[in-house]
Amino acid sequence: MTAPDLSPRGWNRFAAGALARGGGIASSLAGILVTLFGLVLLTFVIGRTMPIDPVVAIIGDKAPPGMVEQLREELGLDRSLIEQFWIYLTKLLQGDLGRSVMTGQPVTADILQFFPATLELATSAMIIALLVGVPLGIIAAARQDSIFDNAVRVISLIGYSVPVFVLALVCLLVFYAKLGIAPGTGSQGIVYQGMVPFRTGMIVLDAALDGQWDAFRDALAYLAMPALLLAFITMSLIVRMTRAFMLEALSGEYIVAARAKGLSETRILWRHGLGNIAGRLFTVIAVIYAGLLEGTVLTETVFSRPGLGFYLTRSLLNADMNAVLGATLVIGVIYVCLNLLADLAQRQLDPRAR
Amino acid sequence: MTNAQSTAVQEKSSRRDWLLSDAPASRRQAAWGKAYRMWLQFRANHLAMTGLVTAVLLIVAALAAPLLATHDPAGIDLVNRLQPPSAQNWLGTDDLGRDLYSRVLFGARVTLGMVVAVVVLVAPIGLIVGIVAGYAGGITDRILMRVTDIFLAFPRLVLALAFVAALRPGVTSAVIAIALTAWPPLARLARSETLTIRNTDYISAVKLTGASPARIVIRHIAPVCIPSMIVRVSLDISGIILTAAGLGFLGMGAQPPMPEWGTMIATTSGFILDQWWVPTIPGIAILLASLAFNLLGDGLRDVLDPKQE
Repeated sequence: MTAPDLSPRGWNRFAAGALARGGGIASSLAGILVTLFGLVLLTFVIGRTMPIDPVVAIIGDKAPPGMVEQLREELGLDRSLIEQFWIYLTKLLQGDLGRSVMTGQPVTADILQFFPATLELATSAMIIALLVGVPLGIIAAARQDSIFDNAVRVISLIGYSVPVFVLALVCLLVFYAKLGIAPGTGSQGIVYQGMVPFRTGMIVLDAALDGQWDAFRDALAYLAMPALLLAFITMSLIVRMTRAFMLEALSGEYIVAARAKGLSETRILWRHGLGNIAGRLFTVIAVIYAGLLEGTVLTETVFSRPGLGFYLTRSLLNADMNAVLGATLVIGVIYVCLNLLADLAQRQLDPRAR
Repeated sequence: MTNAQSTAVQEKSSRRDWLLSDAPASRRQAAWGKAYRMWLQFRANHLAMTGLVTAVLLIVAALAAPLLATHDPAGIDLVNRLQPPSAQNWLGTDDLGRDLYSRVLFGARVTLGMVVAVVVLVAPIGLIVGIVAGYAGGITDRILMRVTDIFLAFPRLVLALAFVAALRPGVTSAVIAIALTAWPPLARLARSETLTIRNTDYISAVKLTGASPARIVIRHIAPVCIPSMIVRVSLDISGIILTAAGLGFLGMGAQPPMPEWGTMIATTSGFILDQWWVPTIPGIAILLASLAFNLLGDGLRDVLDPKQE
């Protein structure tokens, strides 16, 4: 067989592979669209089954009857459910989630204002958790059943068994009240409030961008405790998964082959072991990151940090349904997108998943 | 050694031999022998045994709460509010002077009651949806799995919060909300189990005998799915406990004065700085319960379903 023959064939195979991969991606994208539609439908159904009359929630029950009728018409509540859903959907596609009764602002504007703080908290927690969790998991797997391994397992077990709000309260008690080394609740000291201009909405970053280093240090101090707390819980999950994946990987034949070649244990562990579990690990991490949104709801509530979770729980207590559903929908969409990202990344990183 | 004692020992060792026999003479002997071997394996795992013992103690405490309690859990005594632990009140009193020990005991009833309600609702739904999707395949499978995906697309607590807000806060709503978020992973699991056994030889053999799909599913597929479902449910219980407590803490679960652990923390969290034990004690109860079921679940997984992570 001659060389020119080989090249198109190889090329064909590559093209076919790319097509198949593209097809896989397209079908998972289509699946995502259906899921997103389902999300919208689900939040709509939740909003319509609630016992609180949205009209009464807006104008109170002492309003004159004519006004009630008028508002009902304005909100489209006199139409059929299918029509109402259509209106909800078209408004949603224009980025309109309705108006929050509590803040008087459009829900979209509220979410844009509150979400960056949650992103800041969740991302800093994730970074710490990754930096600590992955190495701990790998070392624990390498020394299976050693004292180190058992200690790591017990710590991680406590981490995913502990209710985050209890841990938050205890941390406040110990580090703020007793030891006095951490600031209390909120996201900024009272001196710096309103001093940092809103750019990204992430207060630590904004202060740095503005060059206000005192405000930066202050905001960082307020961020530290909730971030470390969430990081601990997230780390527990990451350690558990990393350890399990690594134990499986280390029993593979290619590890035996690598050992036989005389590679150092360090290289086997970090190059061959980690390299092989990276794809699966990435998927799990994306899912855990999405799950962090849940942890932030409780953490922000305990620490009174103005983020999306805080917004959600405060709206819930005020029966502000537009805000609740808007925030729920946004969290759902982020969740789905992260899962999609995990899926795509795994296809890229792990040939077995294609 | 007296005669009676030695017969007792002999009887015990012969029963052990009967259970561990390599050549069981009957189906019953084989089944009991298998269960016994699993128990021996489970018993050797100290962490799992700790989990089992704690879980059993919790269940006993919940069932016998009226007998074990020293006070009426709702008995208000404003003179003795926020007392530290003492001989009178073993774990101290809360902001209304109610005995914390008795309230934590009765709280076990609420929490475990919610767990039981959720599991009873969720396990059959997950099993049925998963098996039907896996066995029927095609369009049924696609639709059912899409619905499952939609419910999986929210973090659990957030979806539960939205549902409870729509239904009005309370224990019943919390149970329904948690159940709605708990069935999809079980359905996924049952489906994947079904897919792996759908095309095995023994199912084909059963089909050849003319068994109806319903019979195949109930008699031959469902039993195979049960062990992994038990493992998954037992690992999920701690998640249910944490979500129920989280809902209670956010004021969306059990309502005061019901002694639910999360609710108890929510109503007394303001005292964390001065009377720290008041909100911390129910917190420890939640941690213990969730830890116990995690340990138990891990142990069960090692015994029943070693291939799962």
